[in-house]
Amino acid sequence: MNVSYRWLNEYIDLSGIEPAQLAALMTRGGIEIDSVPSRNLGVSRVVVGLVKTREKHPDADKLSVCTVDAGTGEELQIVCGAPNVAAGLKVPVALVGAKLPGGVQIKRAKLRGVESQGMLCSARELGINDKLLPKEQQEGLYILPPDTEIGRDILDVLALDDSVLELDLTPNRSDCLSMIGVAYEASALTGRPLRLPEPAKELYASEDKTADHIRVSIRDKELCSHYSVRYIKGVKIGPSPLWMQNRLIAAGIRPISNVVDITNYVMLEYGQPLHAFDAAKIAGGRIEVRLAREGETLVTLDGQERKLEPHMLLIADAEKPIGLAGVMGGLNSEVTNDTVDIVLESARFDGGTIRRTSRQLGLRSEASSRFEKEVDPGRVRDALDRAAGLMGKYAGGTVAEGIVEEVVSEAKLAVVSIALERINRFLGTSLSSLEVKTIWSRLGFEAVGTAEGVWEVTVPTRRGDIVRDVDLIEEVARLHGYDEIPTTPIEGPTTTGFLTKPQAIRRELRSLLAGSGLSEAISYSVTSTGSVRLFPDLNGETEGHKPIPLAMPMSEERSVLRTALLPSLLEAVAYNRSRKTGDVALFEIANVYHSKEAALTGLPREIPRLAFVLHGNRTASAWNRAAEKADFYDAKGILDAVFERLGVSGRIAYEAAQPEHFHPGRTAALKLDTENGTETIGYVGQLHPDLQREFDLGDTYAAEISLPQLYEYADASIVYRALPRYPAAERDIAVVVDRGVEAAALVAAIREAAGELLESARVFDVYTGERLGADKKSVALALVYRNAERTLTDEEVTAAHDRVLEKLEQSFGAELRK
Amino acid sequence: MKERLEELRREALERLQGATDPGQLNELRVQYLGKKGQLTEVLRGMGSLSAEERPVIGQVANEVRAAIEAVIAEKQEAFDRAETARRLQEETIDVTLPGKRPTAGTIHPLTKVTQEIEDIFLGMGYSIAEGPEVETDFYNFEALNLPKNHPARDMQDSFYLTEDILLRTHTSPVQVRTMRAAGGKTPLKVICPGKVYRRDDDDATHSFMFHQIEGLVVGPNIRMSDLKGTLLQFVQALYGPQTQIRLRPSFFPFTEPSAEVDVTCAQCGGHGCRMCKHTGWIEILGCGMVHPRVLEYGGYDPKEVSGFAFGMGVERIALLKYEIDDIRHFYNNDLRFLGQFARM
Repeated sequence: MNVSYRWLNEYIDLSGIEPAQLAALMTRGGIEIDSVPSRNLGVSRVVVGLVKTREKHPDADKLSVCTVDAGTGEELQIVCGAPNVAAGLKVPVALVGAKLPGGVQIKRAKLRGVESQGMLCSARELGINDKLLPKEQQEGLYILPPDTEIGRDILDVLALDDSVLELDLTPNRSDCLSMIGVAYEASALTGRPLRLPEPAKELYASEDKTADHIRVSIRDKELCSHYSVRYIKGVKIGPSPLWMQNRLIAAGIRPISNVVDITNYVMLEYGQPLHAFDAAKIAGGRIEVRLAREGETLVTLDGQERKLEPHMLLIADAEKPIGLAGVMGGLNSEVTNDTVDIVLESARFDGGTIRRTSRQLGLRSEASSRFEKEVDPGRVRDALDRAAGLMGKYAGGTVAEGIVEEVVSEAKLAVVSIALERINRFLGTSLSSLEVKTIWSRLGFEAVGTAEGVWEVTVPTRRGDIVRDVDLIEEVARLHGYDEIPTTPIEGPTTTGFLTKPQAIRRELRSLLAGSGLSEAISYSVTSTGSVRLFPDLNGETEGHKPIPLAMPMSEERSVLRTALLPSLLEAVAYNRSRKTGDVALFEIANVYHSKEAALTGLPREIPRLAFVLHGNRTASAWNRAAEKADFYDAKGILDAVFERLGVSGRIAYEAAQPEHFHPGRTAALKLDTENGTETIGYVGQLHPDLQREFDLGDTYAAEISLPQLYEYADASIVYRALPRYPAAERDIAVVVDRGVEAAALVAAIREAAGELLESARVFDVYTGERLGADKKSVALALVYRNAERTLTDEEVTAAHDRVLEKLEQSFGAELRK
Repeated sequence: MKERLEELRREALERLQGATDPGQLNELRVQYLGKKGQLTEVLRGMGSLSAEERPVIGQVANEVRAAIEAVIAEKQEAFDRAETARRLQEETIDVTLPGKRPTAGTIHPLTKVTQEIEDIFLGMGYSIAEGPEVETDFYNFEALNLPKNHPARDMQDSFYLTEDILLRTHTSPVQVRTMRAAGGKTPLKVICPGKVYRRDDDDATHSFMFHQIEGLVVGPNIRMSDLKGTLLQFVQALYGPQTQIRLRPSFFPFTEPSAEVDVTCAQCGGHGCRMCKHTGWIEILGCGMVHPRVLEYGGYDPKEVSGFAFGMGVERIALLKYEIDDIRHFYNNDLRFLGQFARM
């Protein structure tokens, strides 16, 4: 809503309060005002002039030489290039010494040898948004009405000596979608009285009765609570008065004709949208308000044919739809230059219905935006009378007697009771009864004291947002001033803040991973359909799950909820790589979304996951060391550290696996030992070369694991174990086995054979080479034996060690390498 | 014999003084003090001495030995010092060459800001509540006093998955879920961080996905002054003790009264600068007293309890804190960007 400061002054005397001051006051009171542009963008010494003569310029085809009476006492000779200049017109004249927007200064000049003592101006040259003017006014000089006084300052004539308050209204304050509403607000904030128009007295009534011309009925009564019309005979369509046009332009509304302008003017004034029908085009002399029927169509005022749906509310005559209620009129009942009699509508439609229709048709209008937020039920008739009065005055019509209407429900005044004690307790203030009473009176709310410090407050219909005591408390708070509310600490028992186990684990993981050289990524949860086909079942529990699409995506790139984190991280690696960062180590902790339903009926599963990628070098080369390429064991080592930190190392096993999109020989499934048996919680491995190629990546190592199982089994408990008091015996062995034998199997066999004496068995070397044969490898292990109770004897160690060697030979055909 | 000893001392000391390296010194030690050394040889002749002479000569011989040993030790120490000095000289390195840094990654700036805010509220006795990102229309809108076709829904254009399921447009649904889970217990003090989604075209200041942190307190006598007190305590912890707040009346369907909160600009201390558009204030929060209907949806009786709620955008706070010019940097995962957040 754009509010002309000058116009507002008509309803409340704001002298002494500058527009910017008013804006600040209103903003602090809760009506946010974005900016207060001046309507005068730098115009001075421009006056109304009469073009007395016009002749063609002797030396230029497109120029005219005019004599102009600008009330200066002498006739001015002015050269003009506008195509629409003609003798007898009144136009804005920039005198010598005038200034125009954009720093233009008017000087005495010669144009192609002819002297020019000023300039005739177009609307645009005066800084007026000429998009709001009729086409003919845009193309040349701004032609003023014939009765405009010669010599008068154009700032005054076009009301440019004004500022516009640009209101940024919250949806609850639709009462300020009207000049009168804004005036009420200004009155509450300044304490100054209002002077409102009294429409009923200005009616130009005739003998004629409205009821003789038109009948109305509401079919769908829950969608329209009040429908009223007046009948105005014999209007003469023409321009509206300049002052009215000025006000409409200031508000950003295009002047069209006296009848249409009056409906818009009254809408701005009262917040009640009005519509004028050409009475001759209403069949059967009756109007009904009803829902559209299947298959009905309507060509709206903008010339578009609209397919109507059964939830859309219509205005119809005896035969056909003639308007989309509250949204836009029909072309078939439009007021044109030939219109003689009009039916003027003022109504209250259901906000939700209007909103749905206007959104569905993409038709947002000044009217629909007001109906959506519900109009003031108390102003339906006032606005109709006000407009009828103006029609009589400025459109030459005679207003038939009486309003024809159907009222489903009359405006009801809300009565809310509130106690001073409740206000003070809720706000933490210590307001007095008098202070609160003053606020009621400033707001124009009638408040009856029913007991000491208790009021029954009658809320005017214009403030439909106030229905509960807290709404009244807000009024008190904002008029008293939010700054005046004290700051206090919360009273009552103290509470302890702590992280839940999953929250603590995620923090731990982030710091561990960042400390391990990976940077945290955050990527979009919504991704492309191509991306969700990757890594469909990473934790083995989402088999058969379907990606979840957005109903109306803004682009294909963001059309489905992601089912895995790795695709986003791969995109991030590619992004970095294309910016010459080839060494990339990233992790992300976020949710993925899965559902088994093809069409969602309930909320999908949101599974928190951890994923990371390693690409390029794990350690960059430096003057004193060579670069170290990331490999599978870097990725695995990071996971080892993760599991160690979460206290689940003992439950985790890595098993060779061939999940989709991973390198079949370089990938392990992560198996967690749970109460329900072994569960796969994710994978770690090298990406499949095909996928690396698809993302244009080098060798990439990645892991993605599901977190809920880790949340469950993570164990932070630490119990001290006594430090060893007896020495250990260390034996290194190297065995030659088939290449396919896994180290974990060797270690398991060693443990089994050595029994309790074995403290640890650690692989410290793996060797392959021609000497061993192509299908063999040598694995070197360091075994540590220890007895916690006493020093081991050589015999004990040797016996255990022999069992180990025997077992390895039996199980794997291992040969001791000498 | 005494003379021979004195002679030996003189000669030995003279030659020892002239020794130039540890090898020479050792040779001289063997020559004089060794098993076949000259001093030993002289002492072997002691057998022929009389009983009176023997102790006298013995004493002289010991003095000579001590004198020689002392010089040898002194010389040896000098040689050792020189050797150490030489080695140290040789081992000197260029300390200005780069060190071997452990490879370190960084925590995402949005996480850093979130954790900082979480920690402030944890210290104030709040718990951290979480809720689903895919929400029902009921929790995201209805239970927050935003019925279907309510004009205030325009404030938050949403991504629907079905007619009734959508990506949450704010973290506020967690309020109602938390209240319901609390089963009417008070006091309730939580903050709810998380991802939210709105139908916005991405540009330098808008992102269809962003992060919010919501706060909720419900108790038997929670006042608007408590809300102001809490927010003041929070912003002073976040921006420093000189920070002030200013509340402006506003509207959210789920709070009444509602307010937008400005803080004194941390950049200029409220004097006005480019960052705060020369107003001295920066808007960072929305807040208000929990609407009675929302309390009811949460299972509380608004006659018995009251509450306040507040919400802030993590990106906005991070943009201001780090002076970042484009919100899209947060989601590109460009290491040249992420690497800048290495500090504590």
